[in-house]
Amino acid sequence: MERARRIRRNKWLYLMILPGFLYFVLFKYIPMYGLVIAFQDYKPYKGIFGSEWVGFAQFSRLFHDPWFWEITRNTLVLFGLNIVFFFPVPIILALMLNEVRVQAFKRAIQTAVYIPYFMSWVIVVAISFVMLTVDNGIINNILTMTGHEKINFLLDVRWFRPLYILQNIWREAGWGTIIYLAAMAGTDPQLYEAARMDGAGRFRQMWHVTLPSIRNVIVIMLLLRMGSVLEVGFEHVYLLLNPTNRHVGEIFDTFMYTQGLLQGQFSYTTAIGFFRSLVGLGLVVCANAIARKFNEESLF
Amino acid sequence: MKTAKLFMLDRGGGLKVVESKTLPSRLFDVFNYAALSLIGLITVLPFVHVVASSFATTAEIARKGFVLFPTEWSFSAYDYIFSTDSFLRGMLNSVGVTAAGTLFSMAVTCLMAYGLSRKDLDGGRQIMFLVVFTLLFHGFLIPTFLVVRELHLIDSYGSLILPVTVNALNLIILRSFFRTIPEGLEESAKMDGCSDFGTLLRIVLPLSLPALATVSLFYAVSYWNSYINAVLYLNDSHKWPIQVILRQIVIVSEGLTVDNAAVDSSPPPAQSIKMAAIFIATVPVLVVYPYLQKYFTKGALLGSVKG
Repeated sequence: MERARRIRRNKWLYLMILPGFLYFVLFKYIPMYGLVIAFQDYKPYKGIFGSEWVGFAQFSRLFHDPWFWEITRNTLVLFGLNIVFFFPVPIILALMLNEVRVQAFKRAIQTAVYIPYFMSWVIVVAISFVMLTVDNGIINNILTMTGHEKINFLLDVRWFRPLYILQNIWREAGWGTIIYLAAMAGTDPQLYEAARMDGAGRFRQMWHVTLPSIRNVIVIMLLLRMGSVLEVGFEHVYLLLNPTNRHVGEIFDTFMYTQGLLQGQFSYTTAIGFFRSLVGLGLVVCANAIARKFNEESLF
Repeated sequence: MKTAKLFMLDRGGGLKVVESKTLPSRLFDVFNYAALSLIGLITVLPFVHVVASSFATTAEIARKGFVLFPTEWSFSAYDYIFSTDSFLRGMLNSVGVTAAGTLFSMAVTCLMAYGLSRKDLDGGRQIMFLVVFTLLFHGFLIPTFLVVRELHLIDSYGSLILPVTVNALNLIILRSFFRTIPEGLEESAKMDGCSDFGTLLRIVLPLSLPALATVSLFYAVSYWNSYINAVLYLNDSHKWPIQVILRQIVIVSEGLTVDNAAVDSSPPPAQSIKMAAIFIATVPVLVVYPYLQKYFTKGALLGSVKG
């Protein structure tokens, strides 16, 4: 009875939650239900309830499609590059910023490195393009002026992955330092004191005191990254794709867009999306279990 | 390795130990400051180059190879851009969508965040779980597209706003912040006969201005930067926001795209025009940035996220 009274008393609160709740239902949970078309042969004119049920046929088709393995490889490579080359950068940057005593300098550098995060991917890629083009781009101009050959960054396939990572770093490394810096601020100063008394210099203090103290934050961030494993940045990669680099650049999301929306392969590409999200979820759960085994902090 | 210790008085009158000025320590500092300066420079230089080039004449760009500060100023790139219909329309679209979207998003998000911030709300925890779950398992392109289509939002401005009304992270931030408002205040408002809604309006919101400002700016920047929804849902090029126009100008015009998005046969624009387009698409964000910075560097954001 107490509960019923509480609910009645709070009815306005429920009303306030309603619009947002409707949003999540409409645009997040109904699409989840719509995953069911991955098991169908969805035809737009038949709708969900009218389309034929085909079980795992779409998935089987997926695993036999030669494109599928290329896309998986591309996605995994980009993800691997992300973890190896991008993930440590905000940590290193935060460590460096943490050692700065002059507050004005620290704030100035922070201001500079946070800016790219607020630029859209279109702007980031557009800036890269105008700087890297063989047609009077600044980088190539510098190369020719110092006696080197021009490099066709935009069309040479070998540059796709390096450019992807560099753009990622430029845009997001700065912003990523925020959480690490916050964690570092909470390090016990006495630990530094003890290290100093043991004769540790600046670098060793960083390695033995600062880094371990943010270990749990690092693990959590790594786990979160795992969760988005197969989402290596649709908006970003989509802007970089062109006919010459498709075989290294096409990832699940771009394939879903070009095949799904543009070519009407609704069921097939939904199966891809389903597969991808499932793998992502599975990876988070696994990584989480591993983290717990090592007595680290975990997501759940 | 010897380290000398210095004791200094800090502003609070307490003692603090300052890292001494031994040679290795100083070297470390020199290296650190130099490296950080370089990083800061590298981050910012592309912008400087783009802005400078947009004001330079084509002749100077061709002659000097790279421009960091133009010697001959020319506004021809800007004249051209502002004379084209599509660019201006794109700006208008972006301004409209950003303004309307931010207002709508803030309204819905604040209401939901406040409702969920009340601890005695039955089902509150469950709803929050549903919200957080969408952060882990989400983004199904085709099904979402189908929903948008069923709602008859294809080719409408609504498709740029409704599918992204509430950002789960922003919701969490606001909810955490609302929770820090002392319950005593809300209770005394209740005793004076204030409704829940009134409490939100008259007590909670005025006390939450920093968080509100920050989240509003996050939404605004997000709406201003959005382009993929326009590509997905808008067929009518008159409704394209500025980022899509920019993409046309810089990327598609060079044929560097995979979906043959209206690549026309005219020659791509000159370097300076591309630069000008990039700069204009960035200006609103650069203008808003100092205000944003003021709030999130203070850790106002982090405190609420930790909660």
